[in-house]
Amino acid sequence: MVYIVGLLSIVFLALAFMVFGRLTNVMKGVSTPEVGEEQYGTTSNKLNGAMFMVFLVLGVIAATWSFVHSTQYFLPEASSEHGRRTDTLFWVSMAIVTGSALLTNIFLFYFAFKYQYKNGRRATYYPENHKLELYWTVTPAVVMALMVFTGWQAWRDIMSEAPAGAQEVELIGKQFNWIARYPGIDNNKLGNYNYKLIDNNNDTGIDFSDENAFDDFTNTTELHIPVGKPVLIRIRARDVLHSVFIPHMRVKMDAVPGMPTRFWFKPEKTTEQMRNETGNQAFKYEIACTEVCGRGHFSMKMNLVVEDEDSWKKWCAEQKPLLTSYPEYASRIPSNLRAKAAKYLPAADSTATASAGGAATAGNASLR
Amino acid sequence: MATESAVSTLSVHDAEHDHHEELSFLRKYVFAEDHKTIAKQYLISGIIWAIIGISFSVIFRLQLGFPQLKLEFLRPLIGNWIDETGKLSPDFYLALVTMHGTIMVFFVLTAGLSGTFSNFLIPLQVGARDMASGFLNMLSYWFFFLASMLMFVSLFLETGPAAGGWVVYPPLSALPQAHMGSQMGMTLWLSSMALFIVSQLLGGINYITTVINLRTRGMSFSKLPLTIWAFFLTAILGLISFPVLLSAALLLIFDRSFGTSFFLSEIYVAGEALPNVGGSPILFQHLFWFLGHPEVYIVMLPALGITSEIIATNSRKPIFGYRAMIASMMGIAFLAFIVWAHHMFVTGMNPFLGSVFMFLTLIIAVPSAVKAFNYITTLWRGNIRFTPAMLFSIGLVSFFISGGVTGLILGNSALDIQLHDTYFVVAHFHLVMGASSAFGLLAGVYHWFPKMFGRMMNEKMGYVHFWMTFIGIYCIFFPMHYIGIAGFPRRYYAFTSNDFTKNIFQDMNSFISIMAVITFSAQFLFLYNFVYSLIKGKKATQNPWHSNTLEWTTPVVPGHGNWPGEIPAVYRWPYDYSKPGAKDDFIPQNVPYSATPESNLPHENELISLEKAIEAQNYNDQFKQPH
Repeated sequence: MVYIVGLLSIVFLALAFMVFGRLTNVMKGVSTPEVGEEQYGTTSNKLNGAMFMVFLVLGVIAATWSFVHSTQYFLPEASSEHGRRTDTLFWVSMAIVTGSALLTNIFLFYFAFKYQYKNGRRATYYPENHKLELYWTVTPAVVMALMVFTGWQAWRDIMSEAPAGAQEVELIGKQFNWIARYPGIDNNKLGNYNYKLIDNNNDTGIDFSDENAFDDFTNTTELHIPVGKPVLIRIRARDVLHSVFIPHMRVKMDAVPGMPTRFWFKPEKTTEQMRNETGNQAFKYEIACTEVCGRGHFSMKMNLVVEDEDSWKKWCAEQKPLLTSYPEYASRIPSNLRAKAAKYLPAADSTATASAGGAATAGNASLR
Repeated sequence: MATESAVSTLSVHDAEHDHHEELSFLRKYVFAEDHKTIAKQYLISGIIWAIIGISFSVIFRLQLGFPQLKLEFLRPLIGNWIDETGKLSPDFYLALVTMHGTIMVFFVLTAGLSGTFSNFLIPLQVGARDMASGFLNMLSYWFFFLASMLMFVSLFLETGPAAGGWVVYPPLSALPQAHMGSQMGMTLWLSSMALFIVSQLLGGINYITTVINLRTRGMSFSKLPLTIWAFFLTAILGLISFPVLLSAALLLIFDRSFGTSFFLSEIYVAGEALPNVGGSPILFQHLFWFLGHPEVYIVMLPALGITSEIIATNSRKPIFGYRAMIASMMGIAFLAFIVWAHHMFVTGMNPFLGSVFMFLTLIIAVPSAVKAFNYITTLWRGNIRFTPAMLFSIGLVSFFISGGVTGLILGNSALDIQLHDTYFVVAHFHLVMGASSAFGLLAGVYHWFPKMFGRMMNEKMGYVHFWMTFIGIYCIFFPMHYIGIAGFPRRYYAFTSNDFTKNIFQDMNSFISIMAVITFSAQFLFLYNFVYSLIKGKKATQNPWHSNTLEWTTPVVPGHGNWPGEIPAVYRWPYDYSKPGAKDDFIPQNVPYSATPESNLPHENELISLEKAIEAQNYNDQFKQPH
């Protein structure tokens, strides 16, 4: 391919030089008085007409070749249920529109070529034909109605409420990385958050006055999700707009500061399966950012690990809740919930922080 | 008043004539109120901005096509934005992308296209001495000039110009601490846009007023050339939608500078939680796209209007479906206002709204398709002369089709999930609105150059320019679809961070960049042709294309007031080309039916009786001579 590009550029440069070479002749020709303005059946006119046909033929060949060549780089079959559906829709729509674009372009270039100026011929005075106009207004309208309808059905299903029992995870965008927050293995519920509680350790702003938050854990390198089960990603942003893009899952949703968004989907292939299918042992699902978010936008990414439910549960169990990693946050736990939090806190620590807690909670009240 | 002033009017006129002879250089060429001069001012500003805007794209294409390339040679031009290792700064990459978008959309394809041709053609084609208000027209240009200056100055700031994408979505654009481009560059961007909008509104009011009030005798709306219809509808679009952008810009200015929270909420940035709550970044997007989408048609409609005129003239055929063309333009103009949220399918907007906007969006494809079919049918059984203008018009139709059809994919919200903000979108809109409108602009320059400057442009250079640009643009944007299908996101400085973009399509990106450079160089051919023909071009005749519209009844170079004597009256539509029975293959609009009994259609013979009434009208040319 590199050679083809090189070759093409050389051909093009050569053409360009040729053109400029000819131009010098043209320049010389400029000063000579041109023939009467009625002369349109000249060589130039014929050449331009012919060029349209040449362009059409070469263009179709180039488009076909480049498409066939590029298919190997397209994303592999979608790894999610809705993704396979939208892919089918995409290729069907693509076939329809490519066909119609090709057909109309053929007419355009062929008519240009066929009806080029001839001395003595007169154009046909043909200002309107209502039947024809009606026909080509209605045809696209019907085709489009069908495309819209199938698209709308898919859209409605994809955007529907997540099914009950969907596994929730939270994905938070910030300049320039993603942070995943998991609901924890004990209650499997995401706790409350408040952006004013964000600091260096609590980078998602978990609010520990909510007992659901005690077992929440976060990580910044990988998002782990189970396969074969609906996953609901709750999305938010800390600073500016971001957009969650999981190309292999056909998932995209903006992350908006102050307005949580969500997207649910059903992953169907584990990372392992994809490795075997693509024959690439280094294969990784990835999450990219597709809403410009600043200098590091292009490098904002996270890996996505899809695994079967058992190993996912096992992985979750290995993770330390944020409260365990940073027991100092125990001071934010209201006294009535302290007993429930005890199991997440190191034994020695829990009593000490508990006694100091009262004052600290009062101090923190201003945060809310 | 008229009774007492028969004599005094004459003397006033004499005085005025003298006065006009004495117009100082400043009044004649700089602060000019003549629509033709203002049009040329817009044209030249537009060309200068186009060179800047396109060269920006060439710089970032170098980065994308050849990521390893040492860009040291650009240091004299952009200084420290090239770092010690010879790499382009990612901050400046975003600035280039942003400025390319802003400049091309607003300064080239809105001001350069509409500003030039609405100003130049509206009075000439409707048969008016000048715009309704020459003074407002002058103000319009100078507001644009001020806006240009601010934007231009922002390019030289140490922190760089605005860099959050041409859509300047907050919070990124509102938080100077989040992004270098959101500092002074953004302030200047917003100020510049505010002035630009003022300029557009002043221009738009003028266009609308002129078309409604200053048409010559007999020039009913059903006899207006399609160019004028296009400019008229464009001006209405601009008049309704630009104020909304102004309000968005003002609110953003408030958020940036006065601590309001229209678009900001729950933000933690640079180690600090901001106090703003309750704002909505999505609100900005709604406001922005309420202009942003009509804007697409603001740049597209004039190009389509120009094309209609050129294709009919050079096919020597009436435009097919004149009324259908007007109806589709009206349909497009109306629908343009109710499809904006298709840019926002995946912003977290209510999915029900997404459904509504998907239906509305795809409806707009119907009038667009009708237009394309009508152009093609106009070519059918024509007698086509490939002038450079005609070539560019045919190229426009091709781009309009090829780029337009992918709109059916992107307008489908289910498919947009995957394709949103990928190169598929870039390919789509560059073909359908970028390249198409640019071709409309170029076609217009080639076609009306003789009327603007009294000389012909060199045709052969025009042919070469066309073929290099046409092939080049397809080579640039066609492959981008593939890159988009592979999921490559837009506005990425490099594709090295993700496995799904790493090591693939690098050769394709190199190819695109090479084609971009070649296509850009081809534009210098046009520039050379433009300047050369200006000075040494063949002298034009009064009506070199044998066209029907009124501007070709003026002197070769129309003076102040456009027609030396009375403004011609209009009796027929502008597309009587190759009428059966007629001697010539064109009958200008000012030829009465009574003069062409041999070619009149039955219903046209009946119109002969109205000619006396048309001649008797004297609404707008009270002075019967230029003043």
